[in-house]
Amino acid sequence: MTDIQIDINEVSKWYGPFQVLNRCSTKVGKGEVVVVCGPSGSGKSTLIKCVNGLEPFTQGAITVDGISVGDPKTNLPKLRARIGMVFQHFELFPHLTVMRNLVLAQIKVLGRSSGEAHENGMRLLDRVGLRDQAEKFPGELSGGQQQRVAIARALAMDPIAMLFDEPTSALDPEMIKEVLDVMVGLARDGMTMIVVTHEMGFARQVARRVVFMDKGEIVEDAPTEEFFGSPRSERAQMFLSKILQY
Amino acid sequence: MNYHWNWGIFWDISPDGAHSYLQTLLLGTTWTLATAFFAWCLALLFGSIIGVIRTTPNAWLVRLGNAYVELFRNIPLLVQMFLWYFVLPEVVPQAIGTWLKQQPNASFYTAVVALGFYTSARVAEQVRAGILSLAQGQRLAALALGLTLPQAYGFVLLPMAYRIMLPPLTSELLNIIKNSSVALTIGLMELTARARSMQEFSFQVFEAFTAATVIYIVINIAVTFAMRALERRTAVSGFIGASPAAAH
Ligand SMILES: Nc1ncnc2c1ncn2[C@@H]1O[C@H](COP(=O)(O)OP(=O)(O)OP(=O)(O)O)[C@@H](O)[C@H]1O
Ligand SMILES: [Mg+2]
Repeated sequence: MTDIQIDINEVSKWYGPFQVLNRCSTKVGKGEVVVVCGPSGSGKSTLIKCVNGLEPFTQGAITVDGISVGDPKTNLPKLRARIGMVFQHFELFPHLTVMRNLVLAQIKVLGRSSGEAHENGMRLLDRVGLRDQAEKFPGELSGGQQQRVAIARALAMDPIAMLFDEPTSALDPEMIKEVLDVMVGLARDGMTMIVVTHEMGFARQVARRVVFMDKGEIVEDAPTEEFFGSPRSERAQMFLSKILQY
Repeated sequence: MNYHWNWGIFWDISPDGAHSYLQTLLLGTTWTLATAFFAWCLALLFGSIIGVIRTTPNAWLVRLGNAYVELFRNIPLLVQMFLWYFVLPEVVPQAIGTWLKQQPNASFYTAVVALGFYTSARVAEQVRAGILSLAQGQRLAALALGLTLPQAYGFVLLPMAYRIMLPPLTSELLNIIKNSSVALTIGLMELTARARSMQEFSFQVFEAFTAATVIYIVINIAVTFAMRALERRTAVSGFIGASPAAAH
């Protein structure tokens, strides 16, 4: 296997008496794309939020690029700046123009000069095909455009890995493709990615592995062809038959 | 009713021997405005701090903020005025108490402090509600970019929260102007106190309180217009809650 970029080791988490994550383990190599799927409430969002420390976990360990996320001595803001994250509802900052969404953290977190940050921002807007939207406000863009801006905003930090939490599930069908195309491009360029999604076409196309979660557990963690060819667990089979019906 | 109307009374010299009644009312208006203004600054400052700490992940800070709000919101404003003015100087060490009582504008300072703290609890409620009305996702998105929690508040959460809060803040600002009249009970010669004293000396009760009413209404209309203008200027394009004109 290639260098391990993200190592999730026996991670468990409780909300009070309710166990959301149950001894989850998986490794993501450098440049690998891993798709995480599973029924609603199975803990997918919780797991990827643990990776950049947005959610604390109770047991186990996660390291990103050799840095332990759960270690109280870790500078979390600094670590998070190196991990891009894209959300289901885009979460662009509505009071800032597209360009200012892209430059804010570059300047405040990475200490880049305004000129450098703008230049980088323009380059990334170009990459997601939105060069002419720089001065618009997020509320003036379509959902698909907003999500592409959100991807550009994450990329502007030069992340070593990207986390996606259902990036297309809040989008109208005709906008899903434009976002997936950007993500496929990223994957092809060798970005390390964990993608929570039910877009199985995307998984087939670019994922090295598929992780299937149910009730807080990683039930299956298999190479993509194997997962779609013959999922071992009954729960994964049932899930697949349900979502592939459509 | 056998009332003798006399609208000319405003130009008569008041018992202070130097100012006309109209001038005393305008003088009272400046005290009303000064009290409301400084109390508002205090209320915005403390209200923002308390409102913010009530939305942090720290349970102890949240409890502290909640206790503050409950304390200042649940004691009637009049009682708070009296506590600050009459009780505080007696319970602090004697030297400080004496010094407090000797301040030349003691009733003004007390009114600012009492009104400021009272209103800060109400502002804190608005600030908290404003921040919580933003989806949790905004906070996560800011933190995920590597911003620290204070940066997330400063650059992302508060700029939107204040915009959402502008209409309720406007009504708090109107309230603070009206509530400043409570300070007449501790001897501040603000607008209502001046109207009352005019009525006592001239017996022209209707003229005196008509004038005071008109002045309060003019101030409130001016404030409302200014705040509406601010709302329009800060409206975020395409954001729900922005004025229809701005949302293309
Ligand atoms: N703050 C919280 N307190 C208590 N329970 C929570 C909290 N956040 C999430 N949960 C629960 O944890 C479980 C896992 O949630 P999570 O959001 O990770 O699921 P998910 O797999 O991402 O689901 P979905 O597909 O609906 O997004 C759910 O049952 C949810 O109700
Ligand atoms: Mg989820």
